[in-house]
Amino acid sequence: MRIAPAHFLLRSPAKQTMTDLTTTYLGLTLKSPLVASPSPLCKSLSNIRHMEDAGVGAVVLHSLFEEQINHESHSLDYYLSRGSESFAEALNYFPEPNAYRLSPHQYLEHIRKATEMVDIPIIASLNGVSSGGWVQRASHSDWIKYAALMEEAGADALELNLYFVPADSDILSETVEDMYADLLIDVRNTVSIPIAMKLTPFFSSLPNLARRLVFAGAKGLVLFNRFYQPDLDIENLEVVPHLHLSTSDELRLPLRWIAILYGRLNADLALSTGVHTAQDALKGLMAGASVTMMTSALLQHGIDYVRVVTEEMRAWLAEHDYESVGQLQGSLSQQAVPFPAAFERAQYVKIVGTLEPGPERR
Amino acid sequence: MIERERITVDGNEAAASVAFRLNEVIAIYPITPSSAMGEWADQWATEHKKNLWGTTPLVVEMQSEGGAAGAVHGALTSGALTTTFTASQGLLLMMPNMFKIAGELTATVFHVAARTLATHALSIFGDHSDVMTARATGWAMLCANSVQEVHDFALIATAATLEARVPFIHFFDGFRTSHEVMKIEALSDDDLRAMIDEALVREHRARGLTPEHPVLRGSAQNPDVFFQGREAANPYYHVCPAIVQNAMDKLADLTGRQYRLFDYVGAPDAERVIVMMGSGAETAEETVAALTAQGEKIGLLKVRLYRPFSAKHFVSALPASTRALAVLDRCKEPGALGEPLYQDVLAALMENWTAAMPKVIGGRYGLSSKEFTPAMAKAVFDELKHDQPKNHFTVGIVDDVSHTSLAVDTTFNTEDPQTVRCIFYGLGADGTVGANKNSIKIIGEETDFHAQGYFVYDSKKSGSTTTSYLRFGPKPIHSTYLISQANFVACHQFNFLNKFDMLKNAAPGAVFLLNSPYGPEKVWEKLPPGVQAQILEKSIRLFVIDGYKVAQATGMGGRINTIMQTCFFAISGILPRAAAIEAIKHAIEKTYGKRGEAVVRKNFEAVDQTLAHLYEVSTADLKVTQPRAKPATLAPAEAPEFVQNVTAKMLAGLGDELPVSAMPVDGTFPTGTTQWEKRNIALEVPVWDPNLCIQCGKCVFVCPHAVIREKIYEPQHLDSAPSAFKSAPAKWKEFEGWRYTLQISPDDCTGCSLCVEACPAKNKSQARLKAINMTPLQSENGNGASPNLRQIENENWQFFQKLPEVDRRALNVSSVKDSQLLQPLFEFSGACAGCGETPYLKLLTQLFGERAIIANATGCSSIYGGNLPTTPWAKNAAGRGPAWANSLFEDNAEFGLGFRLTLDKQIEYAHELLHRLAGVLGESLVTALLSADQTHEAGILEQRTRVQTLKNALNEILLRAESEYQAEARNLLSLADVLIKRSVWIVGGDGWAYDIGYGGLDHVLASGRNVNVLVLDTEVYSNTGGQASKATPRGAVAKFAAAGKGQAKKDLGMLAMAYGSVYVARVAMGANDAQTIKAFLEAEAYEGPSLILAYSHCIAHGYDLRYGLDQQKKAVQTGYWPLYRYNPAVAAEGHSFTLDSKAPSMPLREYIYNETRYKMLTQTDEARAEQLYKEAQADVQRRWKQYEELAAVKPH
Repeated sequence: MRIAPAHFLLRSPAKQTMTDLTTTYLGLTLKSPLVASPSPLCKSLSNIRHMEDAGVGAVVLHSLFEEQINHESHSLDYYLSRGSESFAEALNYFPEPNAYRLSPHQYLEHIRKATEMVDIPIIASLNGVSSGGWVQRASHSDWIKYAALMEEAGADALELNLYFVPADSDILSETVEDMYADLLIDVRNTVSIPIAMKLTPFFSSLPNLARRLVFAGAKGLVLFNRFYQPDLDIENLEVVPHLHLSTSDELRLPLRWIAILYGRLNADLALSTGVHTAQDALKGLMAGASVTMMTSALLQHGIDYVRVVTEEMRAWLAEHDYESVGQLQGSLSQQAVPFPAAFERAQYVKIVGTLEPGPERR
Repeated sequence: MIERERITVDGNEAAASVAFRLNEVIAIYPITPSSAMGEWADQWATEHKKNLWGTTPLVVEMQSEGGAAGAVHGALTSGALTTTFTASQGLLLMMPNMFKIAGELTATVFHVAARTLATHALSIFGDHSDVMTARATGWAMLCANSVQEVHDFALIATAATLEARVPFIHFFDGFRTSHEVMKIEALSDDDLRAMIDEALVREHRARGLTPEHPVLRGSAQNPDVFFQGREAANPYYHVCPAIVQNAMDKLADLTGRQYRLFDYVGAPDAERVIVMMGSGAETAEETVAALTAQGEKIGLLKVRLYRPFSAKHFVSALPASTRALAVLDRCKEPGALGEPLYQDVLAALMENWTAAMPKVIGGRYGLSSKEFTPAMAKAVFDELKHDQPKNHFTVGIVDDVSHTSLAVDTTFNTEDPQTVRCIFYGLGADGTVGANKNSIKIIGEETDFHAQGYFVYDSKKSGSTTTSYLRFGPKPIHSTYLISQANFVACHQFNFLNKFDMLKNAAPGAVFLLNSPYGPEKVWEKLPPGVQAQILEKSIRLFVIDGYKVAQATGMGGRINTIMQTCFFAISGILPRAAAIEAIKHAIEKTYGKRGEAVVRKNFEAVDQTLAHLYEVSTADLKVTQPRAKPATLAPAEAPEFVQNVTAKMLAGLGDELPVSAMPVDGTFPTGTTQWEKRNIALEVPVWDPNLCIQCGKCVFVCPHAVIREKIYEPQHLDSAPSAFKSAPAKWKEFEGWRYTLQISPDDCTGCSLCVEACPAKNKSQARLKAINMTPLQSENGNGASPNLRQIENENWQFFQKLPEVDRRALNVSSVKDSQLLQPLFEFSGACAGCGETPYLKLLTQLFGERAIIANATGCSSIYGGNLPTTPWAKNAAGRGPAWANSLFEDNAEFGLGFRLTLDKQIEYAHELLHRLAGVLGESLVTALLSADQTHEAGILEQRTRVQTLKNALNEILLRAESEYQAEARNLLSLADVLIKRSVWIVGGDGWAYDIGYGGLDHVLASGRNVNVLVLDTEVYSNTGGQASKATPRGAVAKFAAAGKGQAKKDLGMLAMAYGSVYVARVAMGANDAQTIKAFLEAEAYEGPSLILAYSHCIAHGYDLRYGLDQQKKAVQTGYWPLYRYNPAVAAEGHSFTLDSKAPSMPLREYIYNETRYKMLTQTDEARAEQLYKEAQADVQRRWKQYEELAAVKPH
């Protein structure tokens, strides 16, 4: 893991004052609006402790995937059974232990340990797609019941990540939105902890969906999740899974939607994707987010980078005489700016109009 | 008497459960059929189960049975309660220590699943040849006849040994008892406690060596006292039988089961009596019961305590009315006056029988698990009626050579009508046996019925057939033989109807359950000839279900076990339907629950959906539409006579009918016989796209079964080609204008897909297509996509085989591309689909097969290589090919060295003779023969021609009667072939090379002799089911290392390199095929010992073997398996050590966690997995550094 560049750490905390960074998210009080979002870092308890020490307001754990819940047992069963009872000398090939701790169980234990170890809220993450009968043969009780188990294990909240790629041209947009709402209701009915829905940006009418989801019980919306985008290996003619880390440039998509949605929903907004600097985080808050989530920056610079961003935020807030983050939250949302159309189509015209040829075009 | 728990277990578990609780130290080593006892012990130790004294026994795996016995001896000598489990050759290896242990009057019990000793052939099956060989060791021998007795006698033997101080062999029949699943009454800890005298335990401990009270044991004695010392222990043997009887009586008080040293059953006034021991006695007892009920005066004397043999007890157990005795031995001692039990009985009677001596005859039965049926027992009783009964007879075979065999009336049957008898025919992969084991448990636990299960497997590791035999009913079951009159027959694979006459064993009115792709309306027409007629003639009720359809719909894939099991319960009505379903689900939860809820749920769904798809076919108005066919010809007409007369019968499952005269007298068999066994097991096969193919040969290289071949040939050969035969212009500069064909044999393919994975050529328009693509074959299930593919490709294959082989001299065999034009002389083995070992053996035969002589250690390679009916070792058109032999597991290196010694001596002598005969043969021929350069194919061929010239010349000399050189000429003629370079190969697995055979291997490597050792390293004992060896890597789970192996893999290559005179190479063909070929060629060329360590992926690694090559690549890329060659021959020219792979480029986890053997540990003990991972990753770095340093060493 890379350590944050030294210049960040060495920056003098001269201007540092104890600006109040407290925010509320999903009904939870967080000591900071910086939240660690799902990444492999969250798999280690010591990392979670480290994150708390570094100042994150909450940790969203890595996701438990629907596929993981079933696939792991199926594959264990398959390979333990494979070749067994076929040949007189080798009736099987593996010892059969009394118990396995499969990923779902390990995940629940991880929640249990994490919540015991740290004081900041631990938000569990459940990633799935199937609903009862909607996707063939996968009964949604398979994985939805893990929501309740996560609550039982001590999770303070649940982030529901519905990862669905509608590749079938017979599926209507409305059907997809219904599925999101139905799944949320099903989960909602099994748990009492707050639920945040993590969404993709690929909806034709995001505000309407957002409203439906909040109506269905979402306490928060997380904008947006990042897909594993497949890449093509042109040498070997293969499709290869690829995940590259985000950059600050990607901030603007969630920024726009948070600004649009802020104040129109009875739910908290979390900005995820593209938060790399204190400036990014501040922008998110000003657009209306309650929290801004970081993954790529922590993977790139290490967990201690949270300290840097926190200090820079405090410094900026102090420098600009903000007393708390509450004060600036939503201050640049669509409803709060003098030209609301800036978040809509008019802005496009403006940008095109001012665009000058870049250096490479000369 | 208290109510005891009823458990349904097999003999091995019954023995291990007692042994584990009564010992402190357990030293183990795997050997069929006893391995499971050690596995149970190891598993229970891993689970921290406790013995009777509240502590977990220490279970340690040793490097051989010799090692296990040594460790046991040591542990006993120092005072621990100690045991081990073994069989067959394992017991032989323990014997030196057993003499010592008995000589030192040390209390212990060895539990032995008695198995055939290897003689003219190896056999994994059961008889008493091993235990009988141990009878001179001075151990007491107690024989259990049934699973209940195994459980009881394990305790009786332990209680008795502590008191008697005489060590005990507790034995029972391998497979028939060790693997028979039976409902028995369990012995509780309290029972054990009541039987074991704590004071005796403390005495045993007190006899342990301690410096607090030092003594000396194991002295060397001289003629003055040794003899007396040997006699000093006699009193212990004298009282031993009484001690055993006492323990038996004590157990009877506890459990109500009364055993005696010799148990007599039958008519009190019997005149004819059989004496025997082992599982066969159960069948004999059943026969006696049936015949005495008819008034016959017969009986059976079961020998329990065979050693010390108490003649007094024996004689008193025998009815005074006995007039004739037949003693049955389950072993053979060639040249003896009779088998051991027979001789003992004679001696006992001579010494103690006071009335007129009865007539005593001895006979042999049941060798290598040969069936022993009531009809055979009756044949023996009938023989005793004769005035001159046949002595030294055999029963169960047809001996048309020495005429020892008794005639058997096969219609005689003693099955109890109240006992339900079921036979299930399944495929290894469909889970039939597992489900039946569960069924037996369900019946055992949910009903008051007695229940028995026995399972028979064929000798193939891929596509094998299983037959399950289940009995249950209100009466105790003593039938230790297969079922011939079944009330229920289930065929789990429709195509088996063509393979087996399964209704032959159906009783009239039986139920026949068929897994059929055809529904109740259509199935009748699809039944093969003979089946319809039998159904109508025997009034068989026919039920059908499309098990695969239900399995597919419920996510069960190819596992139809639960579905067929549900049908069985639904039809049999043994439990009310709802109760049965509940019980099945309970069993599912118990068996699969720990593997996760999803697995349980899919099985539940399968159960729930089954009954809606089960139909009874009304046969009332049906007629036979398929006439009974003539018996099919067993082998094609062009097959050799031996194959027609012998092999084909074995293939047809009729081996039991072969008479003695059909068998080779010395265990020598023809090679190249797998070609006559068309197994037809693949559902899909690779199909070639000639336009896309780059003719690289990689698919041919990796094919584990040599079913995908390539040839180049001149175009005129295509004139008579079948219309569908494919070819392409050959892409060889040297063969301009020639054609190229890649051909598969569909009937021999296992469908493993390794070839497709290896193919580098992708279709530019559709990347999913390669130059070869798996394509469904039409199968008997009627689910094929290409109706004629099998037929077309079979015709193509026939034609392809007739195409000429390319001249070896024209090829650059060191290139992968050219090497694969060489004919493989290892083909169509019964190895697992996707096997990682066989491609190396095939390569060996391509490069050197014509002149190879192979010593093969026991293990997977000796089984797929030499298990009858057929062998994959083949011959070329000239009739030349590898000559192959298996000696033992432990001695293979020495065995192969013996080949070399013969060759070295014979070559030396042949050279001497050439010198002596130079005058008559001509100097030029002799010089050419002596100085031939045979380092290349052309040189070898030239020498072959010279040898022919020599032979002609020698024959001429022999024609000249007056020649003074006749004797030398005759000698040289018989040795002339050794002048053609031979290639000695010593082949085996890691269990042999790293463990049991290491001492010998080390010596052979140090000998400097020109042998080539190929270690097929699967990193576990694959053949016996995945037990850890010293090749098992750190962090991998294996049997005997259930908690993950804690130590690093032994670096065998480094040890060998330390000699400085051994060629060593580490290869992984999936990572670098060219390096593999280079290593084989260099090793063979090196004029000293060579060692090749070949990474062999294996079913015991737990992943889809189609990705075997990928995993090999990753093993190399992570630095886990660096490729190298160490060649002492080039030391003078430069570096002897060449690293052929790059520095680790990815973390170990990218490789290991694709495999269940590693992943499992993360699921059972995450913390340990993490710790071992760290250490394993450190091992990689450390070893890589060592290799790098070696590679950097400059020559002096």
